[in-house]
Amino acid sequence: MISWFTGVVPYGWAYFIATIIDILVIALPVMLAVAMIIYADRKIWAAMALRRGPNVVGPFGLLQSFADGLKVFLQETIIPSAANRTLFLVAPVITFTVALIAWAVIPFSSFSVLANINVGLLYILAASSLGVYGVILAGWASNSKYPFYSAIRAAAQMVSYEVAIGFVLISVVMWAGSFNMQTIVLAQKGTILGIINANGFNPLLFPMAVVFLISSMAETSRTPFDLTEAESELVAGYQTEYSSMSFALYWLGEYANVILMCALNATLFWGGWLPPLDLPFLYHIPGTTIGLGLFWILLKMAVFFFIFSWVKATLPRYRYDQLMRLGWKIFLPLSLLFVFLVSGWLMLTRYHPIGA
Amino acid sequence: MIQTIAFYLFAVMVIASAALTITARNPVHSVLWLILAFFNAAGLMLLVGAEFIAMLLVIVYVGAVAVLFLFVVMMLDIDFAELRAGLSRYLPFGVAIAAALLAEIVIAAGVWEAGPVQLAGRTAVTPSPDQVPNIEALGTLLYTRYLFVFEGAGLVLLVAMIGAIVLTHRARGGVRRQNIMRQSMRRAEDATRMTNPTVGQGVEL
Repeated sequence: MISWFTGVVPYGWAYFIATIIDILVIALPVMLAVAMIIYADRKIWAAMALRRGPNVVGPFGLLQSFADGLKVFLQETIIPSAANRTLFLVAPVITFTVALIAWAVIPFSSFSVLANINVGLLYILAASSLGVYGVILAGWASNSKYPFYSAIRAAAQMVSYEVAIGFVLISVVMWAGSFNMQTIVLAQKGTILGIINANGFNPLLFPMAVVFLISSMAETSRTPFDLTEAESELVAGYQTEYSSMSFALYWLGEYANVILMCALNATLFWGGWLPPLDLPFLYHIPGTTIGLGLFWILLKMAVFFFIFSWVKATLPRYRYDQLMRLGWKIFLPLSLLFVFLVSGWLMLTRYHPIGA
Repeated sequence: MIQTIAFYLFAVMVIASAALTITARNPVHSVLWLILAFFNAAGLMLLVGAEFIAMLLVIVYVGAVAVLFLFVVMMLDIDFAELRAGLSRYLPFGVAIAAALLAEIVIAAGVWEAGPVQLAGRTAVTPSPDQVPNIEALGTLLYTRYLFVFEGAGLVLLVAMIGAIVLTHRARGGVRRQNIMRQSMRRAEDATRMTNPTVGQGVEL
């Protein structure tokens, strides 16, 4: 697309315009996916509770999320009189923006990634560490006790789990030898027995995959780690004072984060856009050259989202000290141990093989 | 063209948000302006091609350090009148520090004009950024030539961390702590007992 625009404007501007179009091509389907995934979440949740779930608006209730969106859009935005006006309104925007920016480095197929940068995984880490600001600011700017408690909980929780996530990512990076997301995906090609495309089946990385899955639930504040919005203790957590669109932005941002974490789980450990098995006919639609990358990564994301939903429907909430114990006393030592094991294994086999 | 626009955007934002950091009345706003300054500084790093440093700046300063700042500042109960009362007392001191900084900047600019310092025995060759990615270049230097300095820095941080834990940790006596392992290992057979008492006999507890 850049080459087409260079015919019209100088290269710098061509790049600029083409990138903005690419951003829309990714961001708009993500928003649509958020709407559908909220519906899917409610349906799965209902099925596990032997209920019907949303089934009134549209065929099978498919338009429920859009109806909800329209509802909040038409509501009045209430700003508490003692709130810090500017920050109160900026906080949901931060959450929503941060949930979207990380999508820039997720590869969807062999060629479609918005920014194929060398430090892709660090960018993800940077973006996810920003997510906490939306929550902290909301808690503080609301000038209300429950949101503030929730903000403090959220900050402690996210900082704790980010440490474990950092170590998990390091072990994946060491295995792939790069921070580039596309390289990480391609490094998984035929990695197990020459046929299975997934880091996750590697005995040294499988525990890391599990730690990452659980940590990503903690990072997105989903059950069983949703202490930031524990309704029995904190009303609605940091969202207590929010209404209308500012509330909806949190809602959308939260689910966009959840899908992002599903995409990350799929990309880092389960082969990303590669098919599960390294067989030539799985890469393309048979008889054509149309790649199936997008199909595979969406399928994997759907599987992970089902796991997220399943966990939400079945597990009770952790107590706060249990949450902290899991993060600091179990995940941190475990991931540190596996960083040690992975680097040791790589030194023995890849970099300084015995007898070589 | 677009790089120039980006440079001036980031540079102006860094200076403006730095100025707002010290002029903002509310300390929480100050921290937020500081975060914006960090961000734009990371943008400047990206423009000179130091992508690793830029990401590190965001992860470490924005993602961790500033969160702690914000945490502390939010929970402070600050009396602004009292803060301003001390201004006249600290003003000379502040002016002195500012003057020293200004002098340093002037000297640095003068030295830079005079040409770079020839460090004796500076043999490590900096790899060209268009051949080797940032991370690889930094890693190669850090883990070969500067290995001892790097590990020394790590050791200093470790000592500081252990020191902080030792200073703040207090073991309270007389507290019954929860042993989660023991709780999870407990089975119904350990806690319950089946008895078959005869009528009028009762159960031994």
